[in-house]
Amino acid sequence: MGDGMIGNNIIRRAALAGAAALAMVGLAAAPAFAQKTKLTVYTALENDQLDPFKKAFEADNPGIEIAWVRDSTGVVTAKLIAEKDNPRADVIWGLAASSTALFATMGMIEPYAPKGVEALKPMFRSGKTPDTWVGMDAYLSLVCFNTAEGKKGNKPVPTSWADLIKPDYKDSIVMPNPASSGTGYLTIAAWLQIMGEEAGWKYMDALHQNIAQYIHSGSAPCVQAAKGERLIGIGLDMRGASEKTKGAPIDLIVPKEGLGWELEATAIMKGTKNLDAAKKLADWAVTKKANELYAKTYAVVALPGVKAAPVNYPVNAEPGMIKNDMEWMAKNRERILAEWTKRYDGKSAPKK
Amino acid sequence: MSLAVPSTKVGLSRDDLVMRGGVVLLAALLLVIVGLPLWALLAKGFEDRDGKFVGLANYVSYFSTPALFNSALNSLHVAAVSTVIVVPLAFLYAYALTRTVLPVRWLFQGVALIPIFAPSLLPGLALIYLFGTQGFFKALLGGGSIYGFDGIVIAQVFYCFPHATLILVTALATADARLYEAADALGASKLRVFFTVTLPGAKYGLISAALVVFTLVITDFGIAKVIGGNFNVLATDVYKQVIGQQNFSMGAVVGMVLLAPAALAFVVDRLVQRKQVALLTARAVPLVPKPKPGRDFLATLFCTLVSIGILAILGMAIWGSLIKYWPYNLSLTLDNYDFAKFDANGWDSYWNSVEMAVGAALFGTTLMFTGAWLTEKTRDFHIVRGVVQLLAFLPMAVPGLVLGLGYIFFFNAPGNPLGFLYATMGILVVNTVAHFYTVGHLTATTALKQIDPEFESVSASLKVPIWRTFTRVTTPICLPSILDIAIYLFVNAMTTVSSVIFLYSPDTKLASVAAVNIEEAGTTAAAAALCVVIVLTSAAVKVAHLLADRFLLDRLQAWRRR
Repeated sequence: MGDGMIGNNIIRRAALAGAAALAMVGLAAAPAFAQKTKLTVYTALENDQLDPFKKAFEADNPGIEIAWVRDSTGVVTAKLIAEKDNPRADVIWGLAASSTALFATMGMIEPYAPKGVEALKPMFRSGKTPDTWVGMDAYLSLVCFNTAEGKKGNKPVPTSWADLIKPDYKDSIVMPNPASSGTGYLTIAAWLQIMGEEAGWKYMDALHQNIAQYIHSGSAPCVQAAKGERLIGIGLDMRGASEKTKGAPIDLIVPKEGLGWELEATAIMKGTKNLDAAKKLADWAVTKKANELYAKTYAVVALPGVKAAPVNYPVNAEPGMIKNDMEWMAKNRERILAEWTKRYDGKSAPKK
Repeated sequence: MSLAVPSTKVGLSRDDLVMRGGVVLLAALLLVIVGLPLWALLAKGFEDRDGKFVGLANYVSYFSTPALFNSALNSLHVAAVSTVIVVPLAFLYAYALTRTVLPVRWLFQGVALIPIFAPSLLPGLALIYLFGTQGFFKALLGGGSIYGFDGIVIAQVFYCFPHATLILVTALATADARLYEAADALGASKLRVFFTVTLPGAKYGLISAALVVFTLVITDFGIAKVIGGNFNVLATDVYKQVIGQQNFSMGAVVGMVLLAPAALAFVVDRLVQRKQVALLTARAVPLVPKPKPGRDFLATLFCTLVSIGILAILGMAIWGSLIKYWPYNLSLTLDNYDFAKFDANGWDSYWNSVEMAVGAALFGTTLMFTGAWLTEKTRDFHIVRGVVQLLAFLPMAVPGLVLGLGYIFFFNAPGNPLGFLYATMGILVVNTVAHFYTVGHLTATTALKQIDPEFESVSASLKVPIWRTFTRVTTPICLPSILDIAIYLFVNAMTTVSSVIFLYSPDTKLASVAAVNIEEAGTTAAAAALCVVIVLTSAAVKVAHLLADRFLLDRLQAWRRR
C-alpha cells in the first residue's frame, strides 16, 4: 500500500511537471492564454457602484481583472501619499480631482491622454498636456432639508445660503468640518468665491450661530438630515438622493447663489507595472458607456450629451454649479483652513 | 555596560543565558512591530510636507495654536471623568465576580465582556437610537444633547468597562485565604480587612486598570467621531490632520503629544511594580468565597444593574439592525443582514475578520505570555528588560491611525526585507497584535506577579531547566489568564478599525472596516447589523472559552482547592 502511494505520487508529480512544461510552452507560443492582468484600482466610489463598474469594464477588457481598494476619500488619499515611495496602486478611478491634482504635483502620476478625451467637457480635464487626471463626474455640496421635522417645528424651507443664517434654524444645521472633510472645504471655498472673502467670513460668522455640529464627514450631514437627527444638512448631494430613494422625507435644495463642487477623476500611477492595462482602463473610463454608468448616480458627468438623471436628484443642479477656481482652492487651502479653525473650531466646545 | 565584563559572565547560569537571549529576541521583535513603524511616522513631525528636516518648527506652530490647548484639555477632562467612573464600577464588579457567591456568575462574567465584543461604532449608534434627536429617551437629557462631552463619557464607560474588569478580575482572582483567616482571627472589621488586605493586594491591578482606561479614552477617536459633536479631542485632531488634510507632519506632532500619557503610565508602572509582592506564595491557600446572604444579595443586585445597562445598549443596536428606515419606518426586516447589498465584499469580509482574529489570538497570546514571562523572570539585565517594557507600553498610547500609517511607511519602504508582508493577512495580524500588546502584556504580568518566585528557585535547586518550570508549572497555573489574553485579542481583532483601515488589501477587507464604510454610506441599520454579527461571533467564542475554562479549571487548577 505504501508503495502504491509512492507510485501514485511519482505519477502525479510527473503529470504536474508535464503540465507545467506544456503551460510554459503555451505561454511562450500564445500569450492569449496568459493569466489575466490583475489591476489594483484605488477608489472612493460608493460601495454599490464597485460591482457594476468592474463588470462593465471587464466585459470589454477580458484580459484584465480589477481588484478594488476602496475607502473614504481622506483615507485613500492618505494611503496613496504614504505609499508614495513604493506605490501599490496601478490606477486611481473615482477619487477627488483635488487629490489627484495634489499627487500630480508630487510627481506620483503618469500623464496620459486617454483615447477620446477631447470629447469631454473642458472643466473635466486637468489642463495639462498630456492630462494628469481626467474627470468622470461632479459631486456637489448642497442643502438637505428634512420636511417632516420642518413641518413639526414650523420651519420654512430655505432656498438660498442667505436663508440659512435666519434665527429659525438656530442649532439645527450640520455641515462637514472643512479641517477633516474635503466636502467641507469645497463648501466654504464656494462661499468665499461667491461672496468674496470678507463677506464670506462674515456669512460664516452668522451661520456659526445656527450650526449644531461640524461633522468629520461629507456624507454624514445629509444622512443625519434624512434620519431627522438634524433639520438641515449641508453636504454631499448623492447621499441625500439615495436616502430620499430609501424613503427619507428630505428635499435636496440647490441654493440660488450657486454651489461648490468637486470632480471624481481617473489617473494612472507613475511606476505601475501594468501600464498597458492601466491605459486601457483610462481609455475605457472616458467612453460613453462609462459615462452612462456614472450618470446612474451623478447628475453631472464628463461627456456632453449623456443623459444623466439619477432618481430624486434636483434638476437644477448643473446650472447651479459655480465657476470654481480649483487652483485658487489648492493654493489657499492651508491659509483658509487655519483661519476657519481659529474662528470656529477652537471655540466649538459644547454649547450648554 | 557592566554586563559585558567577563567576571559577571561567569556568574551567569545556563538559565540566565537562555532567558537573556529570549529577552533580546523579544526586544528585537517588538522593535520591528512597534518601535520602528512608530518612529517611521513620528519622525515626520520634524519634517515639512516635502520631507525637509525642520527641527521643532511643526511643534512650535502647533503649540501656538489655541485649538491644541483646548483639545488637550478636553482630552484630559474626558479621560479623567471616564476613569473615575469606570474603575470603581469595574472594581466592584470584579470583586463581586471573584469574592462573593453569585447565582449565575458565568452569565455576569460574560455580560461584562459584551462591550469589548462590539466595534466602537455600536455604542455610538445605540446611544443615538436611545438619546439622539429622535431617540426614545431623549426626554431624560432634559433638553441637553447626547452629542458632545456626555455622549463621549457614556460611550467610553461602556467601551472601557470590560478592559478594566479583565485586569481587576485577574488581580482579585488569586488571593491567599490565610491572610483573611488571620485577619478574621485577629478580629479585624470587614472594612479594615478590605482596606488592609483586599485593596493593597489589588493595588497593582487598580493602577493598571486606571492607566489603561485613561489612555484608551485619550487615544480613541471612533467614539469621539460618531458622538463627540463639536467636542474636540486630541485623537480627532490627529484624524483632521491625517485624513482631512493629509498633513502627516502635524499628525505626527499630535501623535507625539498623545504619547505623553503613555510615558507617564510607564513611569507610574515602574514605581508601583517595585513595591508589588507576590500574593500567591508557594504555601498560599487559595481563597474560595463562602456564601454570605446580605453581601451576596447586594453583589447580585449591583451586577444585575450593570448588566442591564450593558444589555440595553446591545439590545438597542440589535433592534436598530432590524428596522427598515429609522425613524420613519419602524417595521422590521432581516434585509439589513444581506451584506452583499451594502458592500461589494459581502460576507467575505466577515470571514476575513474571523481568520485575522484567530491568527492574532494564536500569535499574540504566545508572544505576549512568553514575553511577559521572560521580562518578569530574567534576573538583572535591566536595560534590555526596560526597553521591552517601554515598547510593550507604547502601543496603548498610540492612536491606531498613527500606528497604521507608520506600518505603511515602515513595511512598504523600498528595500525593507519584510516588505513581502505588506498587503497580506500577515500584516493585519502583526499590526493587531502590536496595537493591543499592552493589555495582554499587563494581564500576563499581573498573573505572573502573583506566583511566588520560589517556584523558580526550587526548580533551579532541583536542576530543572527554567523553561521546563515555565511549561510544567507557570503556564498551567496561568492558563486562565492565558485564555483571557487569547480571547481579548480575538475580540479586539474582530472590532479594530483605526489602524487596519490603512492596511487591508482587495482580498483582506475586514468586517469592522466594512461596518464603518457602510455607516458612512448612511445605511445605519446594516452597519448595526454587521456590528451585531461581530458581537455574536465574539460572544460565541467567549461561551466556548467559559466552557473550556470550567473544564481546565477542573483539570489543571485542582490545586486551587483545599
